[in-house]
Amino acid sequence: MSDKTFKMTLHVWRQSGPNDAGKFERYECPEVNPHMSFLELLDDLNERLIADGQEGIAFDHDCREGICGACGVVINGVPHGPQRRTTTCQLHMRQFINGPHEVWVEPFRASAFPIIKDLTVDRGAFDRIIQAGGYVSVRTGSAAEANEIPVPKKIADRAMDAAECIGCGACVAACPNASASLFTGAKISHLGLLPQGQPEREDRARKMVAQHDAEGFGGCTNHNECEAACPKGISVDFIAQMNRDFLKSMLTAKDDVPNRK
Amino acid sequence: MSEGNLMELRSNAPTGPIEERWTKHKAASNLVAPANRRRYNVIVVGSGLAGGAAAATLGELGYNVKCFCYQDSPRRAHSIAAQGGINAAKNYQNDGDSVFRLFYDTVKGGDFRARESNVYRLAELSLNIIDQAVAQGVPFAREYGGGLANRSFGGAQVSRTFYARGQTGQQLLLGAYSALSRQIEAGTVEMFPRHEMLDLIVVDGEARGIVTRNLVNGKIEAHTAHVVVLATGGYGNVFYLSTNAKGSNATAIWRAHRKGAPFANPCFTQIHPTCIPQSGAYQSKLTLMSESLRNDGRVWVPRKKEDCDKDPRSIPEADRYYYLEERYPAFGNLVPRDVASRNAMYVCNDGLGVGPMVDGQRRGVYLDFADAIKRLGEQTVRERYGNLFEMYERITGESPYETPMRIYPAIHYTMGGLWVDYNLMSTIDGLFVGGEANFSDHGANRLGASALMQGLADGYFILPFTIGNYLGTKRNFKEIGDDHPAVKDALNEVTDRIKGLMNAPDPKHAPEYYHRKLGAIMWDKCGMARNKAGLEEAIEEIPKLYEEFKRHVKISGSGESFNQCLERAGRTADFFELGLLMCKDALAREESCGGHFREEHQEEGEAARDDENFSYVAAWAWNGESGSQKLIKEPLSFEYVKPSKRSYK
Ligand SMILES: Cc1cc2nc3c(=O)[nH]c(=O)nc-3n(C[C@H](O)[C@H](O)[C@H](O)COP(=O)(O)OP(=O)(O)OC[C@H]3O[C@@H](n4cnc5c(N)ncnc54)[C@H](O)[C@@H]3O)c2cc1C
Ligand code: SF4
Ligand code: FES
Repeated sequence: MSDKTFKMTLHVWRQSGPNDAGKFERYECPEVNPHMSFLELLDDLNERLIADGQEGIAFDHDCREGICGACGVVINGVPHGPQRRTTTCQLHMRQFINGPHEVWVEPFRASAFPIIKDLTVDRGAFDRIIQAGGYVSVRTGSAAEANEIPVPKKIADRAMDAAECIGCGACVAACPNASASLFTGAKISHLGLLPQGQPEREDRARKMVAQHDAEGFGGCTNHNECEAACPKGISVDFIAQMNRDFLKSMLTAKDDVPNRK
Repeated sequence: MSEGNLMELRSNAPTGPIEERWTKHKAASNLVAPANRRRYNVIVVGSGLAGGAAAATLGELGYNVKCFCYQDSPRRAHSIAAQGGINAAKNYQNDGDSVFRLFYDTVKGGDFRARESNVYRLAELSLNIIDQAVAQGVPFAREYGGGLANRSFGGAQVSRTFYARGQTGQQLLLGAYSALSRQIEAGTVEMFPRHEMLDLIVVDGEARGIVTRNLVNGKIEAHTAHVVVLATGGYGNVFYLSTNAKGSNATAIWRAHRKGAPFANPCFTQIHPTCIPQSGAYQSKLTLMSESLRNDGRVWVPRKKEDCDKDPRSIPEADRYYYLEERYPAFGNLVPRDVASRNAMYVCNDGLGVGPMVDGQRRGVYLDFADAIKRLGEQTVRERYGNLFEMYERITGESPYETPMRIYPAIHYTMGGLWVDYNLMSTIDGLFVGGEANFSDHGANRLGASALMQGLADGYFILPFTIGNYLGTKRNFKEIGDDHPAVKDALNEVTDRIKGLMNAPDPKHAPEYYHRKLGAIMWDKCGMARNKAGLEEAIEEIPKLYEEFKRHVKISGSGESFNQCLERAGRTADFFELGLLMCKDALAREESCGGHFREEHQEEGEAARDDENFSYVAAWAWNGESGSQKLIKEPLSFEYVKPSKRSYK
C-alpha cells in the first residue's frame, strides 16, 4: 500500500444557520495521507482554517468507529462516500489514491433533516419515530427470567440483522423520495420478529409509520437506493415486513393516531 | 470545607453477611409515595447505559426527569461502541459460576482496591440486567435450542459473557434508549440533546442544578432540581488518543469536583493491549480490536532492529521474538491486559517496534494468524474473526489473512472517578454519580465485560432506589428560583469562562494543538508504566503547557452559536487540570496495583502491591486551585476475599 501523499480539492457546503443561504467553498488539501480517514482530512483542514482565523467546518461525529451513527456527509453525490458498507468516519483516503481528486461534500439533505450548520443536520425526527412506539413496554425490574423466553437462533439472528441500524440517516439522503422507510422498517422488524415484541406489534407499526409520515419523510417506491447507501447493509426486506405489519394493523385498528411533533 | 479540617468519607456500606446487605439496605430505606414523586425534579446528565437506564427508570417511577447529552441523540452515547459483551453470573453454562464467584473475580481482578459491599451488589444485580435486557428485545446471541449463548472473555475461567455479535454495547444502549424513548413519549422525561453541562449548582452543600450550554445556539441556561445525577462516562481522552468517542470528556465531573466532590483514584486507568497503532500525526482516535484475537493470534517482534521495516513474512522463524510466550510460558499470549500492554511497550522502547514511524518511533507489535490459519484453516479463522479482520483492513489497508496484524496498547477505560458512597452519592448531598464517571466497583483494574454490567446496574437498579431513599428521607427542600445567588453565580462563572477562552491574549493555535501535547505528556509519564522522576516532570510541565494554552488558544467563530472549536477548548482546559491531578495521585501511590504500575515497585518484573500502606481509596478534595487538592483516604478492608498476590509467571 502506497504511503505517498497526494493533492485534493474539496468543495464543502458552508451554511451558517438553518435560515441562511449556503454555498460551496473551495479548499485545497496539499498533503492527503492515504491512511487518514475522511474526517481526519476535515480535522486537518479545520485546524488550518482556525489557525488562520476562519471558522472550522461543522460536522457531526463521535465514535469514529462506524457505530454511533453521528457522522455522515454526502461525497460526490453518495451518502458516506464511495466505499460500500462504510460510514464516513471509517472511509479512508486510500480510496481516493486513484481519484477523484476533486470532491464535493454536502450534508444529508431532506426536508425532515433541517440543516443546523454546514454539514450538520437535525435528525431529531428519527428520535420521534422511535418515541412513537419503537420499544417493548416493560417496567424495570419486572422482567421474567431471561431463559424463560426461548428464541430460535434463526429468528434472533434475523432480529439482530435489523437491529444493527445505527440511525445515521444515509438511507434518507439516498432516497429520491427522502423516505425513512429503511430506518423505520428496521426497528419495526427487529421488535416484530421477537416474541417479546408481539403484544404491541401492530400498534407499534401503525404509530411509527404515522410518525414517519408526519415528520415529512416521503413514501417508499422501491428504488432500493437506501440499502445500497446503508453502511450496515440493512436489507429492504425489512421495508416489506413493515408494510405487512402496517397493513395488518390498519385492518384491525379503529382508533386514530394523533400526529405529534 | 474549612481549611485543615478534612472531611471524613463515610462509605455507608452495610455490614452483616455480604449476601444480605443490599436486600437489608433496601428494606431499611425510605420511599417516596407514587403520588409525591412527580413533585421531585431529577436531572440526569448522560444518556449512556448508566444515564439512559437511570433516566428511563426514574421517569417510569413517576419523577420529573430532565436528561442531557452532548450528542444530537441519546442513542449515540459512547456506550454504543462496546463490542465484547456483558458479564452476568447466570451459570447457564453449568460451569460452576455463581454470584459469589463473579464477586470474587471482580475484587481480585481489581487488585483489592474496591469495596466488597459494592462489588457483591454488582454481581447480584448482574442477573436482573440480563432479564431486563432480554425483555426489552435486546437480540443477544442464542444457541440452537433457543437459550442464551455465552462466551468466556478476558481470561475468565467460566463462560459468563452475554453478547450480541460484536455490538453488545450498541444493543444494550438501544435497549436503554428505547426505554428512555418510551418515557419521553409518556412525558415523564424531557430530553435535552446537544446540551453540555458546564457547571454544577450547589446550595448549602446540596446539589440543586446544573448550568448547560445549548450547543446549537450557544445559550447558557440554568436548570434546577432536587437531585442531580452525573453519568457522563470516563475521562480517557485526557490522553488525547484513546479508544473513547471524540466527544467523551471530563467536564461534568471535573466541574462537580471543583464544587466540592472529591475525585477518587484518578490515576487508575486501563490500557487495552490490542488496538490498531497510530499511523500518523494526524490521528484523531484509536480503534480497539477485540481481545479475543489473542486466543489464536501470536504476538511477536523481530529479534533484530534491522528487520523492523522488513516485510514480516520474510523474517525467518528463528529471528522472531515471541516475547509473551518466552517470558510467560504458562499464559503465553493470554497474559492479562496490563502485562501484555507493558511488554509491548518495553520491546518497542528497545527499538524492536514495527509499522510506520510516528515522531521518530515505531510503536507496534505483530499479532500473527499464520499459524492459526494453518492449524484451523482459513474458513474457521474467518468465522471467528472475520468482522474484526474486515474492520482492520478498512482502517489499515492490510489483510490479516495475508500479513500479520499490527497492534499497540491504547487507553481504554478509567477506573477512577468521583468518589461515591454505597448509595452512589458523592459528598455533596443530592449529587449522585453512576457508570464510568464514578470510581466505584472496579478497583485498580476492570475485568473485561464488566463496565456494561456496572453502568446498567447503577442505572436500572441502584440509582432509582437510592435516590428515592434520599428524597424520602430529606423531604423538606428549599425553593430555588433562577434568581437565587448560587444560580446566578454559576451562570456568571460559566459565561466568564467562555469569554476567557474566546479571548486569549495572543491567540495562535486550535485547541487540539495543546491537547495533543498534553496527551503526549500523560502517555509518556502517566501511562502504562510510571516512575517518580517522570511524574515529577509531568507535574512541572502540565501547568506550564496549561498557561501556554490559556494565552494562545485560538477559537474562531462566536460563543453565541454552534461552535465545535469552543466545545473542544472547554473540554481541553478541564483535561489539563485533571491530568495534573492524575500525576499527583500516581506519584502519591507508592505501589503497583492493577493498571497503575510504578516501576520502582516491582518484584521480579511483576507489580508489587503494598497492602500494608496503600489499601485505601485515594479521594482528592478540591482546595481552591488546580493542583492543590488534599488527599483523603477511605480505608478498605476485606472480609470475604483475602488479598493475594497476582502472578502470571
Ligand atoms: C471501544 C470500547 C469498547 C468497550 N467494550 C466493552 C465491553 O465489551 N464490555 C464492557 O463491559 N465494557 C466495554 N467498554 C467500556 C464501556 O463501554 C463503558 O465504560 C461504558 O459504556 C460507559 O457507560 P456510561 O453510561 O458510564 O457512559 P457513556 O456511555 O460514555 O455516556 C456518557 C454520556 O454522558 C454524556 N455527557 C458526557 N459529558 C457531558 C457533559 N459535559 N454534558 C452533557 N452530557 C455529557 C454523553 O453525551 C453521554 O450521553 C468499552 C469501551 C470502549 C471505549
Ligand atoms: S437503515 Fe442504514 S442508512 Fe438508514 S439509518 Fe439505519 S444504518 Fe443508517
Ligand atoms: S462517528 Fe460514529 S459512526 Fe461515524
